[in-house]
Amino acid sequence: MSIKISEAPYKERIGKGIDNDFMRQAVSSAQGRFRNGRLTQAEELGNWEDWRQLGEEIRSHTLENIDYYLYQLSEEVEKRGGNVFFAETAEEANTYIENVVKKKNAKKVVKTKSMVTEEIGLNKTLEEIGAEVVESDLGEWILQLDEDPPSHIVTPALHKNRQQIKNTFQDKKGYDKSDTPEELASFAREQLRQDFLTADVGITGCNFAIAESGSVTLVTNEGNAEMVTSLPDTQISVMGMERLVPTWEDMEVLVSLLTRAAVGQKLTSYITTITGTRLEEEIDGPDDYHLVIVDNGRSKILGTEFQSALHCIRCAACINVCPVYRHVGGHAYNSIYPGPIGAVLTPLLDGYEDHKELPYASSLCAACTEACPVKIPLHEQLIRHREIIVEEEKKSPASEKIMMKGFAQWASNPAAYKLSTKVARSALKPWTKEEYVENGPGPLKGWTDVRDFPAPGKQSFRSWWNKRQKGGEA
Amino acid sequence: MAIQNRDSFLSNLAANLGRPQRRESVSRPEYSVQPQHEVFKDYSAEELIGVLKEHCKVIHTDFVRTDKSDLQATLKRVLDGYEAASIIASNDKRNQEYGLDKAYEEFSKEVDVHIWDASLGKENQVIAERTDVGISFSDITLAESGTVALMTNKDNGRSISLMPKCYVAIIPKETIVPRMTQAAGKIHQDNEKGIAPPSSVCFVTGPSNSADIEMNLIVGVHGPVKVTYIVVD
Ligand code: SF4
Repeated sequence: MSIKISEAPYKERIGKGIDNDFMRQAVSSAQGRFRNGRLTQAEELGNWEDWRQLGEEIRSHTLENIDYYLYQLSEEVEKRGGNVFFAETAEEANTYIENVVKKKNAKKVVKTKSMVTEEIGLNKTLEEIGAEVVESDLGEWILQLDEDPPSHIVTPALHKNRQQIKNTFQDKKGYDKSDTPEELASFAREQLRQDFLTADVGITGCNFAIAESGSVTLVTNEGNAEMVTSLPDTQISVMGMERLVPTWEDMEVLVSLLTRAAVGQKLTSYITTITGTRLEEEIDGPDDYHLVIVDNGRSKILGTEFQSALHCIRCAACINVCPVYRHVGGHAYNSIYPGPIGAVLTPLLDGYEDHKELPYASSLCAACTEACPVKIPLHEQLIRHREIIVEEEKKSPASEKIMMKGFAQWASNPAAYKLSTKVARSALKPWTKEEYVENGPGPLKGWTDVRDFPAPGKQSFRSWWNKRQKGGEA
Repeated sequence: MAIQNRDSFLSNLAANLGRPQRRESVSRPEYSVQPQHEVFKDYSAEELIGVLKEHCKVIHTDFVRTDKSDLQATLKRVLDGYEAASIIASNDKRNQEYGLDKAYEEFSKEVDVHIWDASLGKENQVIAERTDVGISFSDITLAESGTVALMTNKDNGRSISLMPKCYVAIIPKETIVPRMTQAAGKIHQDNEKGIAPPSSVCFVTGPSNSADIEMNLIVGVHGPVKVTYIVVD
């Protein structure tokens, strides 16, 4: 799998999401729960805005000096007995990892959840050389058994219900118990325990690499990252080049922001920080350690107006507040990075050509920007994307033609604005003159400068979509 | 070759940033705000224990407080509660100071006791895998999040807190700090002094869990299912 998860056209994917009642229900309640968690934690801290400010300053400083800190990181990893490979492309990363696995004659590889390995399509590469690859994160394991792509970056199997999971376990693993989450999880524990113990190679992602000591921090709840980093003798960590902080002190601040913003926890159950190979006489941990640092299009974003998109710490807070994501679900974005950050990042990493519709998958309500713990101006970047697409296509006044496709079809349609949720409605209120919005505040400005558009109504996206499907404009 | 492709990779980054490559003399700026130092700033040790105790409820962890003289009896009660038939413990220098060496000797009359033994190699993992309860010391304890920071070494393997179904952390009162800020600060300062961090620092907060099935909280996935913290005065 690469960054794209499907070849189906947008319209079809959106339709799929909307027809899937369970998925929509699940997404909506997950969004609510995650959001409440985040807000409670923010409130409890009292000075959440200061925390966000600090987060932004740390990320800016790091990215401004990314070459310096990556240099330092690689030096420190080497001092601790590790190998470092700088991969400019997905292929380079895959080839390097493939060679390590081959050299070890490894039959089985266990993995922790890692977006970057999905992005570069690592599993496929390893399976092609005959290695068995086992995803050990519960949600990822379920999806792997079912050969389904993830739909959310924190809870990847969000679109599956327990009955479906039970059936998968039955069909693929001979499971014969009930569909209670506890029994399902305990079955996964037994099954995966064997995999941890027999794996030759462990592969992890990286939440934050710490330059000053050559360490890699993994943020998890299930304990699988601990297993993967403790049991196999060979370990490979794969990081997007921007997943970096200068020191432990910076790591600490960002982890605090991440766990609060992602799941509303003060800390997750495991913050695992590993440094190089195991030391003399130690038993747990690898004796052969590799860090693979992946560019794969990220460097093109440096030095551009989109640089701050690289500040992202993958907390999914922007996804959890997004009214569009709520309606269409993760798969509709056709990217392993869904939601607002996916809409910003995917065209940057993979080009506009295949992802032109994404920047339109937003009502520009700015809830994402407000939620972001490192203050990435997501909605402004979406507006910039739209401007660039329009310029590129040299079709002015813009919108109409491109917007006839996929997402754009509804996002651009005046009626589509009626899908904007309460958030947008109440945000718009003071500026609503009769039925039209003129010169809205911040988030709407980029849009309303170009043209006035109808105020969001009370019709739901679903009813609009249904009507639309039945024919003609809603 | 331990480091590969670095030069071309980094010079490309510098070029995109529109400046020469930086190899030295970058220092972190004074950040304009430092809210992390404000949390529980003037709390006394007692108040921090209160915070820790309260948060244990949220993280599905049993909280017990005792003193050195009563530690053995307290630990025994916890183990009985878990119906432990076998335990594995770190070979920590503090075992003696806290009377745990004697306690383990005593316990071994009734249950299988394994003290981590580097000379046995991987056998330690095999034992940990089939053992009911793991026991080790917290090196730094974070009141805010209810977290024990475990620094591994040759006498204190990661498997102890990870593989058994139940885990008991012995928390010396003086290891309790307000939050992760102080733990990370200590490791950072040590690193600056040339004391590099251990191969693994694991911040453990209660039992392992997952919300991956219909967003239901499941306590106990790959790591321990039950956890007890024993704070020792
Ligand atoms: S863009 Fe911000 S809110 Fe969205 S995932 Fe990244 S850090 Fe979180």
